[in-house]
Amino acid sequence: MRPWNALWLPLRLAWRQLRAEKARLASAIAGVMFACVLVFMQLGFRAALFESATSLITAMRAEVFLLHPLTLASFRPEPLPRIRAWQSLALPEVERAVPVYLAQSTWRNPESGARRTIQLVGFDVEAGAMRFTGLDAVAEALKRPDTVAFDLRSRPEFGPVSQLLARRRAETGEAALPVQIANRRVEVVGLVEIGPSFGADGNVLLSETNFRRLVADRPASHTDLVALRLRPGAQPAAVRDRLAALLPADVAVLTYPELVAWELRYWETATPIGFIFAFGSLMGLIVGMVIVYQILFSDIAGHLREYATLKAIGYSNAYLGRVVLGAALLLAVLGFIPGALASAGLYAVVGQATFLPLGMTPERALLVFGLIFGMCALAGLLAMRKLRDADPADMF
Amino acid sequence: MDPVELSGVSYGYGAGALRRAVLREVSLRVAPGEIVLLTGPSGSGKTTLLTLVGALRALQEGSARVLGQELAGAGEGARVRLRRRIGFIFQNHNLLGFLSARQNVAMALETAAELPEAARLAEADRILEAVGLAGHRHKPPAQLSGGQRQRVAVARALVARPGLVLADEPTAALDRASGQEVVRLLRDLARGRGVPILLVTHDPRILDIADRIVSMEDGRVTAA
Repeated sequence: MRPWNALWLPLRLAWRQLRAEKARLASAIAGVMFACVLVFMQLGFRAALFESATSLITAMRAEVFLLHPLTLASFRPEPLPRIRAWQSLALPEVERAVPVYLAQSTWRNPESGARRTIQLVGFDVEAGAMRFTGLDAVAEALKRPDTVAFDLRSRPEFGPVSQLLARRRAETGEAALPVQIANRRVEVVGLVEIGPSFGADGNVLLSETNFRRLVADRPASHTDLVALRLRPGAQPAAVRDRLAALLPADVAVLTYPELVAWELRYWETATPIGFIFAFGSLMGLIVGMVIVYQILFSDIAGHLREYATLKAIGYSNAYLGRVVLGAALLLAVLGFIPGALASAGLYAVVGQATFLPLGMTPERALLVFGLIFGMCALAGLLAMRKLRDADPADMF
Repeated sequence: MDPVELSGVSYGYGAGALRRAVLREVSLRVAPGEIVLLTGPSGSGKTTLLTLVGALRALQEGSARVLGQELAGAGEGARVRLRRRIGFIFQNHNLLGFLSARQNVAMALETAAELPEAARLAEADRILEAVGLAGHRHKPPAQLSGGQRQRVAVARALVARPGLVLADEPTAALDRASGQEVVRLLRDLARGRGVPILLVTHDPRILDIADRIVSMEDGRVTAA
């Protein structure tokens, strides 16, 4: 037999058998689709969590960072002496050191008055160490006293800030919306895009000086994170090593990828979140596998005479095994396609409701297809054992 | 060399003290083109004999040469290959319910798949015409009568030009007229191709197609 036929003919036979029982085929496809959607959502949430947890970090335009070694994640930083920023300038490769101040404070919804915790991000707005979308337009206004830039992707509980700002602009010509942060009146003078994370539902950006006015109870000698911009051509890893040797043990020196990994590690290990989503995906796969196994098993059990007949007329066990596996893989493909489409739709709906960056990526689609394929193949291999019950000698 | 040569074949089910012998020292030959009917009361071992000749069971004792293949000590692979050269007709038609008549017949050509798809279907159509079902080739078994189904089974057994046809009570599920028709078709097609047939039956109405009738009782051949 030609190799092509050895695969194609069993696959065709499997398809003809599946096609013959529409209701059973539909329930099998629904089962695979269910597993598919479940895994897509779990992996989507997982990726969104990790992506949003680092949205602040990934927006920083610097090559090397200093932070306190006890800082677990950026939303709960351990202060480090600000002098370390200036000390690092001793290296000729370091062009600029920008202290970044992080704190959580209370924001009053300008419409309803309800209070909510918001993340404050203070830094020298002119240093060019941040690349939040919209920051350049508002940098000049942020130099005025008591001004902030509001993250327009903050959750809606913070109030319809962008609409209020637009209305105010249209009605009075003033480009500032008075709001209250930490019981102090400040003005929203512009909008930027960062996005909420599991650590912070909303963000505002503000200058160093304005940050100190809002967060009065902390020593001016300390900062939370230092972003170092290097001169062109400098090697971040080499600078990191030299700085680590130079600075005292109260700072950790990290390159950009290391900082992102540091932040991710917190969410992956210090919280059960990563495990929960991995476990959820596994559950989805197991449920899907059981469904596919049931369908394939009852297909074989219901057609034992036919399988035994095929064995009697000269079909090998391996060939019939390929028929069962072929059926499993067809179910994988037929369930994956609607499952992926449904998941893409759900991503859009859930992403809108939760403000998490949910989206279908080709890598994830490929991964889920691989998982579903493996799930169906495993179910097929388990169901194949039932083929042994098809004894051609019983046919007479 | 004859297509079927059995000598001293014994077979039993179970083991130890519970062992029940079904065949005792059976010897049987089927000559080329010969139609042999195997009769006997139920439990006489004729069906077991048929499954041994058809390489559906492993031989326990004795020697069996079928189409030149020695079955004593033959492995699963060798037996599967031998089965492809034998046409089987079962008591029930055992057609695949989800395939049309011609697809069912073509299944017997797919084991080796030496022919391209179009040639397989053409062969299937030709033999379906020979069994008088040219107009029914696209119907699934559920839309055919009992006699028509068994004719499809005959076509499936013969399409791959087997060296031997084994049939087990092919008329048991049929009324007199269609039973006769199926058996005559089988005989005529086999005669035309020179294929020997070993056929197990209780049915006295079809004894006349045989070249030779072999009776069995208690696991022994009593009259050949």
